[in-house]
Amino acid sequence: MNTSVNGAPQWHLQPEANRTLVTLSGDWIAQEGRTPAFPADALKDVPHGEPVEFSTDQLGKWDTSLISFLWELKRSAREAHVNVDTNTLPESAHKLLDLLPEIPPEPTPPPPHHFAPVAAVGQFTLDTLNEVGCVSEMGTAAAKGGLASLVGRGMMRTVDLMSDLNAAGPAALLIVGVVNFLVGAILAFVGSVELHKFAADIYVASLVAIAMVREMSAVMTAIIMAGRTGGAYAARISTMQANEEIDALQVFGIPVSSYLILPSVLALAFTMPLLYLYGCLIGMLGGFFVSYIMLDVSPLGYFHETIQALPLDQFTFGFIKSFVFGTFVGLTSCRIGLKAGRSAADVGIAATKAVVVGIVGVIALDAIFAVIANVIGI
Amino acid sequence: MNDTNTQMPSTDDRPVMISVDDVTLAFGSKVIQHDVSFRVKRGSIFAVMGGSGCGKSTLLKSMIGLLRPTHGTYLVEKDNYWAGDDASRVRIGRRFGVLFQSGALWSSMTVGENVALPMQMFTKLEPDVIRQLVELKLGLVGMLHAIDQYPSELSGGMRKRAGLARAMSLDPDILFFDEPSAGLDPITSARLDELILNLRDGLGATIIIVSHELSSLFHIADDGIFLDAEQKTAIAHGSPTWLRDHCTDPMVHAFMHREQLDSSGSAGNG
Repeated sequence: MNTSVNGAPQWHLQPEANRTLVTLSGDWIAQEGRTPAFPADALKDVPHGEPVEFSTDQLGKWDTSLISFLWELKRSAREAHVNVDTNTLPESAHKLLDLLPEIPPEPTPPPPHHFAPVAAVGQFTLDTLNEVGCVSEMGTAAAKGGLASLVGRGMMRTVDLMSDLNAAGPAALLIVGVVNFLVGAILAFVGSVELHKFAADIYVASLVAIAMVREMSAVMTAIIMAGRTGGAYAARISTMQANEEIDALQVFGIPVSSYLILPSVLALAFTMPLLYLYGCLIGMLGGFFVSYIMLDVSPLGYFHETIQALPLDQFTFGFIKSFVFGTFVGLTSCRIGLKAGRSAADVGIAATKAVVVGIVGVIALDAIFAVIANVIGI
Repeated sequence: MNDTNTQMPSTDDRPVMISVDDVTLAFGSKVIQHDVSFRVKRGSIFAVMGGSGCGKSTLLKSMIGLLRPTHGTYLVEKDNYWAGDDASRVRIGRRFGVLFQSGALWSSMTVGENVALPMQMFTKLEPDVIRQLVELKLGLVGMLHAIDQYPSELSGGMRKRAGLARAMSLDPDILFFDEPSAGLDPITSARLDELILNLRDGLGATIIIVSHELSSLFHIADDGIFLDAEQKTAIAHGSPTWLRDHCTDPMVHAFMHREQLDSSGSAGNG
């Protein structure tokens, strides 16, 4: 840069005959943080028509720090209707200064903050209803795509369906198994304490069987899959959104509903009931394990009691629930991914939202199912 | 090599800023470029040229610390960049500013926050001083109006200019540009060229440009190197205009005159 004259950046304003001279001296380095501010009213005494000129003989090294100072000076000169003769500056500083706009930017007003609880509740309700509509519409489109696939005119690729099935099925066996085994074991523990008081240890078997088959396996499996697969769907689709991949699909006329969403939703809707059955069996195994070790229950007795307590229609009910949970988690997480913004942070937000909506939704749906079951008396 | 004219005679007595000696770049056993050597003078605009896929961007990656060369030395003034540990590379890297091909702005921050982040991380400046410098840098690239916008709201050219403002955030004395004018319209591209020249003159920065945008290269670059994908090394040294007018290598000639390589023998009258 320029020759070095060590010292703090300094400036000095001096009225002279027919001009005002600004003397600049020292090293002007932005990162040293010593850039002086130019007072807005410093030029108010300069007579009209007289130029402001610069003396830079004592100027040392400089970078954008000097330009920043000069820009301020130029702006306040504009306010005071004073001419600044930038030709007296070093050539390169003059060039840079010319690149800068003379008018300072209008600061963007902060968004207005109103406290309006009624409006907020109304807006939330409308948004929720709108989302329900969008998800249903998307589900219908995907279902139509599925029917078209059945007659061989669909846009779904088998390879996508297979890889989604693998991700949502076999790859999830371990975690679903571990969680359901422990849930079954915990149920047996908790139940045994009370039942032991009545010498009814054997009923631990029916407690575990009914709890797992009616509620726990379906709900736990759905929650695991919402966190595991739902979050992954939302992240994948929102990343595709950010990379304009979704736009590319639309331009080619490849329907997003049947190409992207259908295999994802089908995979979850198909594997969830199977995982539910698997979870039931593993959960009962967990209960059996605890009973066998801790309580005075014979293996055959446990098995017999389990069979006694479980009519097959209990499985049907859980099976249907799981199918609904799988479809719900698949559709909502795809919808959240599609709706996401286009930045890296938005991908994270979409994944979080998909998991939260998935878990809350599954539990809410389960409550609805409980009411229905109560009414029709299953 | 001896019978063809591929080396611009040097009359430039400015001190050397960057020296690259016998650098070999490879991904595993796949060699991208080997034995590349060149000097970049202080305050010059140095072009790394070559066809698509010849390893220009890979060379740039090794110069900004993203890819370790398998062989060779890379000096920034007296500092051997790849010989030191991570801390020394970070220290040397503080002198660098990089404009990535598509801007590479952090998408969850506004343009202003993008430019401010390096200053917040590496300097002890007050927030209002930082704000002022951010405005200045965005003003220089003509992006002051977009200070509160997010990268996803910007066009490609605007992202590039915002990326340039971010590259200048810490007033680096070495700037690396990866395809600065790719994907820009001619007017924006010309404005960017002018801006690069002004920044070099104004701030005294040394600039290394990876590009194959001929018109822009002829206008701004005063030295350069030509990489070839077939021979996997540098086949010519010199400014783009010199290479266009004097270089006798058929590949370079065809490139500089926008001709097809196989017909270059007969159509050499550009």
